[in-house]
Amino acid sequence: MFAYIIKRLLWIIPVLIGVSLILFGIMQLVPGDPASIMLGTNITPEAVKALNAKFGFNEPFHIRYFLMLKNFLNGELESIYYKDQVINIIGNRLYATIELGTLSLIIAVIIAIPTGVIAAVKKNSVFDLISMFIATIGISVPAFFTGIIFIYLFSVYFKIFPSSGYGGPFWTAEGISHLILPAFALSTVMIASTSRLTRSAMLDIMKEDYLVTARSKGVKEKTVILKHAFRNALIPIITNIGNQLAMMFGGAILIESVFAWPGVGRLAVKAVEFRDQPLVFGSILILSFIYVLVNLLVDLLYGFINPKITYN
Amino acid sequence: MKKKVISSIFLIIQLYINYQNWIVKNKIWNSLELKAATLFSVFVILLLMLIIFKSDLFSSVKENDLFQKTWKEFNKNLGGKIAAVMLLCIFYAAFMAPFIAPYSPLEIDYSNMNYSPPSAAHWFGTDDFGRDIFSRVLYGTRIALGIGFSAVFLNALLGITLGLLAGYYGGKTDMIIMRLVEIWNSIPFILLALAIIAALGKGMLNLIIAVGVTGLINFSRLTRSIVLQIKEKEYIAAAKALGSSDIRILYKHILPNSISSLIVLGTLRIGISILVVAGLSFLGLGIQPPTPSWGTMLNRGQEFLTSAPWMSIFPGLAIIITVLSFNLLGDALRDALDPRQLD
Repeated sequence: MFAYIIKRLLWIIPVLIGVSLILFGIMQLVPGDPASIMLGTNITPEAVKALNAKFGFNEPFHIRYFLMLKNFLNGELESIYYKDQVINIIGNRLYATIELGTLSLIIAVIIAIPTGVIAAVKKNSVFDLISMFIATIGISVPAFFTGIIFIYLFSVYFKIFPSSGYGGPFWTAEGISHLILPAFALSTVMIASTSRLTRSAMLDIMKEDYLVTARSKGVKEKTVILKHAFRNALIPIITNIGNQLAMMFGGAILIESVFAWPGVGRLAVKAVEFRDQPLVFGSILILSFIYVLVNLLVDLLYGFINPKITYN
Repeated sequence: MKKKVISSIFLIIQLYINYQNWIVKNKIWNSLELKAATLFSVFVILLLMLIIFKSDLFSSVKENDLFQKTWKEFNKNLGGKIAAVMLLCIFYAAFMAPFIAPYSPLEIDYSNMNYSPPSAAHWFGTDDFGRDIFSRVLYGTRIALGIGFSAVFLNALLGITLGLLAGYYGGKTDMIIMRLVEIWNSIPFILLALAIIAALGKGMLNLIIAVGVTGLINFSRLTRSIVLQIKEKEYIAAAKALGSSDIRILYKHILPNSISSLIVLGTLRIGISILVVAGLSFLGLGIQPPTPSWGTMLNRGQEFLTSAPWMSIFPGLAIIITVLSFNLLGDALRDALDPRQLD
C-alpha cells in the first residue's frame, strides 16, 4: 500500500513535465514571430528585443521552454488582451471553477450511486426501467444543451434561479442560487454514466457466491447489500468516476460559457478567441494540472479501497 | 413477402424524390453535393431493386455461421435495432440533404428577416435571418457525421498503430509508448483540442486534427490488450516459424482478430466526437457560420432563447438523437460481437 502511494506520487512528476512540454510544443505551431504576436498593437523594435531576451525566442527549444515556465511562475508572462500577469488572471478565477467542479462532483455522487444501487436491487422494477432510460439518454446529451434547457426552464419559464453570472461565495444565498443551475447541468453526464455503471457493477457482484453465504448465515438484507455487495462494487465505480473526470473538465468549459461563469474554462475559451497565446498556455496548463491532481486523488482512493492492489 | 412490399414502397418514394429533383428541378450534377446525392440515390435505387427482384442475393452472407450468431444476438436487443434504423435515416438525410431539404440552408429570406415559429411552411421555424431551420438541421447532419467519422478514423489509425507496436514488441517499447500515451491523456481531451485549435487556427481540417489526435488512449489500450492475448496463440508461432515478417503478422493475423472489439469502440467514439465537435462549434471555435452545423446553430440560438426557443431545441435534439443512436448501437454491437468488456 505504502509502495503504491509512493509510486503514484512519483509518477506525477514526469506527468506534469510532460503536460507542460506538450502544451508548450503545441504553442510552437503558432505561425508568425512570437514576440510580435505577444506585443500585439504596441509593437516597437526595442520591445521586441526586450521580449526576445526575456523569453529567449531565438534560443533552442529547451531554453525557451524553461524561460517560459520560469516567467509564467514569476508572473512575468503577460496576457496580450488583459495586459496583466497571466498567473494573476488565472488565480482570480480559479476559485469559481473549483467551486463549480466540486459541487457538481458531490451532486453527481449523491444522486448517481443510490440510483444505481436501488436500480440493481430492484432489477426490472419501474424505478429501474425509468431511471436507466433517463440515464441512457443522459449520456448522449451535450452538457451545454442541458445548460440551455435549464436556463429556459428555471430562469425564463419558472423564474426560480438567475440565468447567468456569479453571485458570490457559495455560503451566501445569492451565491448558491447562481451556482445551482450550472452545477446541476455539469453533473448530468456524470450522473448518467455513474448510475449506469453502478447498476451493472452491483448486478455483477450480486451473482457472487459469498452473498448467498452471507444471506444463508442470516445476515440482514440491508447489510448484505451495503456491506458485502456495495463495498466491492465501489472499485469499478471509482475507476469510472476517474475516467469521466476528463469529460467533466471539458464540460466545465462549455458550462462556464453557457452560464457566463467567471472561471478558468471560460477564460481559456476567450483566450483562444482573442488569439492570446500566453493566456491559452497558462489557463490550459493550470486546468490540466488540476485534472492530474484530481486523478491522483482518485487513484489513491482506489488503492485505499482495493486492497488487491498492494500485491501487484 | 413483407420485405418486398416495404422495399417497393421505399423504391417508389425514392423514385419520386429523384423525379422531382432530377427532372422537375434539374438538380443532377451541378455541384459536388449534388453529385454525392445523385450517386447515393442511384446506389439506393439499385440496392432496393436487388432486394425486390433478387432476394437470394444475401444468402451466402446469411449462411455464414459467425454472421448468423451475431445477427441472432443483435436481434435480441431492442435498443440496438431502433438505433440501427435511426442511423439509417440519419445517413440517408446526410447524403440526400440537397434533395430532401425544402429550402437552401444558406439562403437569407430578406422579406422575413425575423425568426418565426414552426409552421406548415417551415417545420422547425426559421432563425433570425429567415433561414429554414429544418433544412439547416438536415445539412448539419453531414457536417456532424463527416467530421465525426474522419476524426474517429484518424484517432483509430494513430491509436491502433501505437497499441499494435506496444503490444507486439513488449518490453521497453511497450513501456515507453504506453507512458507517452498516458501523459498525452493527462490533458483533458477538450482542453487539448482547444490548445491545438488555438495554435493551428479555426477551420474544418484543424477541427478534425484536433479531435482526431486527442483521446488516443482508448484505442491504443484496447489494441494492446488484445495483442497481448493473441500473441501467445499457436497460429502466431506457426506464422513466425513459416518466416512471416512482423508487419505481415500484425496486419494479417493480429489486426483481423481484434477488429470486432475495435468496431465497438469506434462506434462509441463517434458519439463522443460528435459531442466534442458540437461543443467546440458552440464555443465558436469549430465550424464557422454560415456553414450549418448543430453546435453553431445552438450558439446562435442561445442569444434568442427567450423569444425563439425553437432555434436551440431542434439542433439540440438532432445532436441527442444522433449520439444516442451511436451509443445504443455500440452497446448492442458489444453484446453481439464482443465478449470482452470495454470501459
